[in-house]
Amino acid sequence: MSKAARRVLPGFNLSLGYTLVYLSLLVLIPLAATFIKTSALTWEQFWQVTTTPRVLASYKLSFGTALFAAGINAVFGLLLAWSLVRYSFPGKKLVDSLVDLPFALPTAVAGIALTAIYSKNGWVGSIIEPLGYKIAFTPWGVLIALIFIGLPFVVRTVQPILQDLDTELEEAAASLGAHRWQTFRQVIFPALFPALLTGFALAFARAVGEYGSVIFIAGNIPLVSEITPLMIITKLEQYDYTGATAIAVVMLLLSFTLLLIINALQGWTSSRTGRDR
Amino acid sequence: MAGAVAHAWSGANARNYENSAATREPWWVKWTIIAISLAFFSFFLLLPLVAVFTEAFRKGIDAYFAALSDPDAVSSIKLTLIAAGIAVPLNLVFGVAAAWLIAKFQFRGKQFLISLIDLPFSVSPVVAGLIYVLIFGAQGWFGPWLSDHDIKILFAVPGIVLATVFVTFPFVARELIPLMEAQGREEEEAAVVLGASGFQTFWHVTLPNIKWGLLYGVILCNARAMGEFGAVSVVSGKIRGETNTMPLHVEILYNEYRFSAAFAVASLLALLALVTLAVKTYVEWRAAQSFKEE
Repeated sequence: MSKAARRVLPGFNLSLGYTLVYLSLLVLIPLAATFIKTSALTWEQFWQVTTTPRVLASYKLSFGTALFAAGINAVFGLLLAWSLVRYSFPGKKLVDSLVDLPFALPTAVAGIALTAIYSKNGWVGSIIEPLGYKIAFTPWGVLIALIFIGLPFVVRTVQPILQDLDTELEEAAASLGAHRWQTFRQVIFPALFPALLTGFALAFARAVGEYGSVIFIAGNIPLVSEITPLMIITKLEQYDYTGATAIAVVMLLLSFTLLLIINALQGWTSSRTGRDR
Repeated sequence: MAGAVAHAWSGANARNYENSAATREPWWVKWTIIAISLAFFSFFLLLPLVAVFTEAFRKGIDAYFAALSDPDAVSSIKLTLIAAGIAVPLNLVFGVAAAWLIAKFQFRGKQFLISLIDLPFSVSPVVAGLIYVLIFGAQGWFGPWLSDHDIKILFAVPGIVLATVFVTFPFVARELIPLMEAQGREEEEAAVVLGASGFQTFWHVTLPNIKWGLLYGVILCNARAMGEFGAVSVVSGKIRGETNTMPLHVEILYNEYRFSAAFAVASLLALLALVTLAVKTYVEWRAAQSFKEE
């Protein structure tokens, strides 16, 4: 029997054709435009545009704060996911719903709200600035914004894996005389680890490209608190399309690499837990 | 997040863990972990949300409504509704087609296709805006042709719609794929064998099974479409009263130090986010109910 004849359900060709055309027109061809535009540059010109001191400083800030924020989210996101799955406490349903807030809240709204909290007259700023600390309009402000937008990625990747974890393993560990901490370290954590790493990578990927929530609180001081997406905007405003596109290509290459890593991690998660994602 | 409804029914009750000595921690460990997570949650998530509404009403309720009825604010609300009203249905149709393809058929390159659909998630919104500038901008591929024929895409509504479609591209598909995969294809196959047409099968068999996931996918897609900032700010040109969406209007007001007005418009978007989360919670509850019934 041929492959097509085994398909009982209709619509394969239609849905395949439609999906591919729509995907190509709206996503693939426009993305290809960046590479085609950049190919007009020689390798040296490309290197020159993408490694000016200001752009290099922006990579350092974007990548550094994104990594830092993803790390913080991995730790606290794991604790939050653990609390939501394993414990009952008042207000749990509400907390569980609101964890997704950064997915639903427009980034510009988050950005101005965070700036209002951490600037000189804000709730947090008015307490810490007299003590000589400054968060808004410094790299620390960027970090706070990236923690905000990345948290749900970790919680929502770890939570289902933790829920599906078989308690028999923990019971076996306990009956063999393991302490709770030993059980966590040697039984639970290894099972959660791939999911935790996936959540970390997702939060990192989102944080590197984030624009709206960061731009207000960053202060955008050249060489100090300019993120890489802002460098693209700056070049566009100077009508330097080639320069903007070259930086965009650097960011896209990073996104593709991260996407490959995340896919591999998700494969690892399902092979570890038998969960089909 | 993707697949929320598909995973909603997989949860065990927390009491099961707390009632067995092998799976619970000492009470002080439990409450320390809860306290740390709640403190982190309140500080990083709850505080910004409270700040939006506090700042919005800082100058009183009259100033709040004055900010919302300002002609520029009204035109930004209209444009946001138009952009989402076009982008969401487009991505809805695509999401259903892509999920049908991926969940109901086996074919080579499926995993690769899923990755491609996810691609817009990992592209910076600024880059998403830039790609349409490269194609439709004055120096872009179609720029000269478009200006010869007096068609405006960039710095006009079509550009805003395109950028919005790009950033919200995967939402409906990602919500439906795990849901339709979990449901298998026996029911649809039975319908087809009994003589139903493709459309009848979809309408009477598939749709009732996926309606809650579909609703959540659409609501989330809509929230992101109305709230998109980075991509839209690249393609809009920010012409006041013409190409400003609500998030862009918030930015302009904020940069002009009209903070209360900025937060008043922002509070509408925050309300939209809260409604989105409420729908999500309801949809998960419905999914859990129907799972219990089975």
